[in-house]
Amino acid sequence: MQSALFDYTLRLGDTSLIIGHRLSEWCGHGPVLEQDIALINIALDLVGQAKSFLEYAGEVEGKERDADTLAYRRLEREFRNVLLSEQPNEDFAFTIVRQFLFDAFQYPFYQRLTQSKDAQIAAIAEKSLKEVTYHLRFSSEWMIRLGDGTAESKAKMQTALNELWMFTGELFEMNETDEMLIKEGIAVDLNEIKPLWEQRVSSILEEATLTQPTTTWMQSGGKKGIHTEYLGYILAEMQYLPRAYPDAKW
Amino acid sequence: MSKKNWPLWEVFIRSKQGLSHKHAGSLHAADEKMAIENARDVYTRRMEGVSIWVVESKHIHASNPLEQGELFEPANDKVYRHPTFYDIPDEIGHM
Repeated sequence: MQSALFDYTLRLGDTSLIIGHRLSEWCGHGPVLEQDIALINIALDLVGQAKSFLEYAGEVEGKERDADTLAYRRLEREFRNVLLSEQPNEDFAFTIVRQFLFDAFQYPFYQRLTQSKDAQIAAIAEKSLKEVTYHLRFSSEWMIRLGDGTAESKAKMQTALNELWMFTGELFEMNETDEMLIKEGIAVDLNEIKPLWEQRVSSILEEATLTQPTTTWMQSGGKKGIHTEYLGYILAEMQYLPRAYPDAKW
Repeated sequence: MSKKNWPLWEVFIRSKQGLSHKHAGSLHAADEKMAIENARDVYTRRMEGVSIWVVESKHIHASNPLEQGELFEPANDKVYRHPTFYDIPDEIGHM
């Protein structure tokens, strides 16, 4: 039970950490100053969520690992983030589509998670929900603007959507960890989230005049620690300093 | 992306209930909806505000700095317009 809870909190923490880190790569490179700041605000929210979850994961594990140790001293195969979160930024279209597909999941998920019987998880979800509500508003807005924009922006959005679609199935995948924690009333049954996600995605895609991909084959593995090649590069950059200078302090 | 710039908007933030909106700065945005979202991200990150107004900069009409003399100087020598000639009882303190 403790090890399932550790696995679950790691998954939540790692997913927010990695997608937050991805967004932070836009710092100083945003298409315009205002969007640069907006993306970094979202990145900061997500890294903050990661910190709360990883801090808690460390407590649950009981081996005196804090959030920093968990973030900076684990290897790829120990990370439990979903594959969608580690996909590269590519261009603004990819970043927005990735964020939207993720926010559309996170929003109903955190809504349910606030009902978790684990008080700590419920509290983190409660705090994060306000942030996620804005993230979803931001990314939905841009989906519509760019999808229903110029021929060029529409084409870029559709390409991003087609490429990223195969990473969406994993969002709803469940394993022993979920089974065990759902019984305890701690975890969210992702089968309940799926129709809410589908509804949101199809209504925004329709408004954005984008075509929902029909691919049914889905990538999988992140929740078990099997990642795409991108995660290693993210960790190399993210972990370089604490690994090179183990005594470095903030 | 087209080389054409988005229009400029002026942002006004109300910091606390009961105080008026104050000019916070300006930003670029394609329309009013985006201007409010950008303003939220650019100007309210440190809990500065509870309300945002945006107005496209081209809609602001300003006084001409060259006319400063005729507009403002006549007020200079009319000190009696300031209520500084009343004795305020000590108990009242600062007004």
